[in-house]
Amino acid sequence: MDNRVATLDATSDASRPSALAAALRHARYVLGENPVTAAAFALFGAFLIAAVAGPWLAPFDPLATDAARALQPPSSTHWFGTDQLGRDIFSRVLVATSLDFGMAFAAVALSFGLGCGLGALAGYYGGWTDRLVSRLSDTIMAFPLFVLAMAIVAALGNSVANIIYATAIINLPFYIRVARAEVNVRRNAGYVEAARLAGNGELRVLACHIFPNILPPVMVQISLNMGWAILNAAGLSFIGLGVRPPQPEWGIMVAEGGSYMISGEWWVSFFPGAVLMLAVFCFNLLGDGLRDLIDPRRRT
Amino acid sequence: MTASSTLLAVEGVRKLFPLGRGGVLDRLRGRRVPLLHAVDGVDFRIGAGESVGLVGESGCGKSTLVRLITRTLDPTEGAIRFDGEDLARIPARQFASAPQRPGIQMVFQDPTDSLNPRHTSRDAIAEPLRRLAGLSGRALAERVEEAAAQVQLPEALLGRYPHQLSGGQKARVGIARAIALRPRLLVLDEPTAALDVSVQAVILHLLADLKTRLGMSYLFVSHDLDVVRLLCDRVLVMYLGRIVEEGPAGELFALPRHPYTRALLSAIPGQAGAGAQRIRLEGDPVSPVDPDPKRCRFLGRCPEGEAACASASPVLLECGPGHRAACLRLPPPGGAG
Ligand SMILES: Nc1ncnc2c1ncn2[C@@H]1O[C@H](COP(=O)(O)OP(=O)(O)O)[C@@H](O)[C@H]1O
Ligand SMILES: [Mg+2]
Repeated sequence: MDNRVATLDATSDASRPSALAAALRHARYVLGENPVTAAAFALFGAFLIAAVAGPWLAPFDPLATDAARALQPPSSTHWFGTDQLGRDIFSRVLVATSLDFGMAFAAVALSFGLGCGLGALAGYYGGWTDRLVSRLSDTIMAFPLFVLAMAIVAALGNSVANIIYATAIINLPFYIRVARAEVNVRRNAGYVEAARLAGNGELRVLACHIFPNILPPVMVQISLNMGWAILNAAGLSFIGLGVRPPQPEWGIMVAEGGSYMISGEWWVSFFPGAVLMLAVFCFNLLGDGLRDLIDPRRRT
Repeated sequence: MTASSTLLAVEGVRKLFPLGRGGVLDRLRGRRVPLLHAVDGVDFRIGAGESVGLVGESGCGKSTLVRLITRTLDPTEGAIRFDGEDLARIPARQFASAPQRPGIQMVFQDPTDSLNPRHTSRDAIAEPLRRLAGLSGRALAERVEEAAAQVQLPEALLGRYPHQLSGGQKARVGIARAIALRPRLLVLDEPTAALDVSVQAVILHLLADLKTRLGMSYLFVSHDLDVVRLLCDRVLVMYLGRIVEEGPAGELFALPRHPYTRALLSAIPGQAGAGAQRIRLEGDPVSPVDPDPKRCRFLGRCPEGEAACASASPVLLECGPGHRAACLRLPPPGGAG
C-alpha cells in the first residue's frame, strides 16, 4: 500500500521531468507491456556487444589454424565446433558480427539519408522533382535487386566498401517510397500550414515539422530493412564478392561449410547461418518495438 | 466606407486550379486544361478593428480565399493590399520571411489536425514567437504564458501533447498560437465547426472577448449564420467563387437582397421576423469548372431566376448604405429604393 502511494507521488512529482527521464520511463513502459519487443531489444543489445567487443570476448584467435583440430564437432571447448582448418567457429562467428553489422549499418545509414531526403523532397514539392525521383526509384526497382547488387560490385570493384554501396543503392527505393508517401499525406496538414504562418520557410517546414512526424513509420522500415541488408551483404560474400577468405564473415563461413554439410560436419555452416537468421529475425521484431517507442501518441 | 482605416483590401482576386496537367499532345493541339474557378473575382475590404463574416455553403471557395489572404497560396490574379502594400506580389513560398507575416495569423478549422502531434502546447504557442518575434528564454516563456492566459488555457496544460488534450483545449492552443504575435488581422476558418456543440459556445465567447480586448480585425468564415450575426460587423455572402451580397450584419439579416442570402437565412431554425417560410434550393450548384461567364451562376437553383439571367452575369451593385448585392432583378441604383 505504502509502496503504491509512493509510486503515485513519484509520478505526480515527475509531471515536469527532464526529457530524458520521460523518455526512459516511456521506454520501460513499452518494454514492460511487450515482452517480445523486450526480447528483441535484449538480443539486439547482445549483438551490439558482440560487434563492439567481439575480438576481446572471443575465446580463440579467429584466424589461428590448427590442422590437428580440424572439423571437430561442438564441445565444451569449441562451442560451435571447428572448421576444416581447425579454427574455432564460435570465435569466428563472434568476431564476424562487427563486419556484418558494420556493413549493414553503413548501407542502411546511406540509403536512409539519401532515400529519405529524396523521397521527402519528392513528396513535398511534387511536380518535376517528384517525377525525377520516382523515375530513379523505378529504374532501380526494374532490376532483380540481388543481381543488380552483384553487377554493381562487379563494376565498382571487389571490396567491402563496394558491397556497402551496392546494398545501399538497392535499398534506396524502399526509403524513397516510404518517405515520399508519408510526406505526401502530411504536406497539406493543418499543422504544416500553421508552421508556414509561424514564419518557417519551405525547407524548414519539411525538415523540422514534417520529417519528425514521418520518423515512426520510417523507423519501422529501417529495422525491417536492416535484416535484409545484413542478408544481402552476407549473400554477396557468400557468392565470393567483397570479403576475402581468411576474414571471418557469416556469408563466407556458410559458403565454406557448404561442402561439409553432405559429409556430416553440419556445424561448419549451421552456426554462422543460424546467427545470421537470428540477426534478421531480431531486426524484424525490433521494427514494431521502435515504432511504439518513438510514437508520442503511445506516450502516457 | 471607412476607406481611411482600411486594413485589408482584396481587389479582383481569382484563383483558378488547373484540373490535371494537360499532356504534351493536348498542349500541341492547343487544347486548354479545364480550370476550376475556386475564387473568381472577389473584392472586399476589412477596416482596422472591424470583424467581417464570410458565409457560404461548403465548396464555394471560402477556404481557398482564406489561403490566398493568409498568403499560403498564390492568387491567379488580383491584389491583396495589407496596409496599402500589395502582398500578392510576394510569392507564397517566400512570404514566411516577409515583414507582414506576423500581421496576418490564422485559427484553423480542425484543432487536432492543426497541432503538430510531436509538439507540446508550449512548443506550438512558442513557435511563431520564436521565429517571427525573435524571442527566446525568459521573454519567450512569459509571452507564451501570457497568450495561454488570454485564452484561459491552464498553465499545467502547456507541457501536454495534443493527444493529451480535449477538443476545447486544443482549440484554445490554436487560438493562443494565432494571437501570440498580436496580429492585426486574424483569419478564422470555421474555428468551431469541428467542436462539440457545448464547447462551441464557450470558444465563441472567448473569440468575441479577445476581439474587443486586443482590437484585432477578424475575417470570420462560417457556415453558421447565427455565429456570424453574434460576432461580425459586416457579412460577405459567397456563392461559387463570388461574393453575391455584402452589407452591415444587422441590415443584411433584416433585409437580405440576394435570393441566395434569403434562402440561407430562411434555413436558420427559429428565424424570427420575415415570417417567410423556408426557401428550398432545388438541384445542385452548377459546376465550378469553366463556368459560363455570361450567365448567373445561381440560375438553376434560384427561385426567382428569369430568362435574362441566362445571358448576363450580375455584378455587385449598391442597394443601400454599404450594402451591395449581385442580382439582375434588383432595381437599378438611384432608382426608388
Ligand atoms: N488544391 C486544389 N486543387 C484543385 N481544386 C481545389 C483545391 N483546393 C480547393 N479546390 C476546389 O475549390 C473549391 C473550393 O474549395 P474550398 O475553398 O475548400 O471551399 P470551402 O472552404 O468553401 O468549402 C472546391 O470545389 C474544391 O474542390
Ligand atoms: Mg473550408
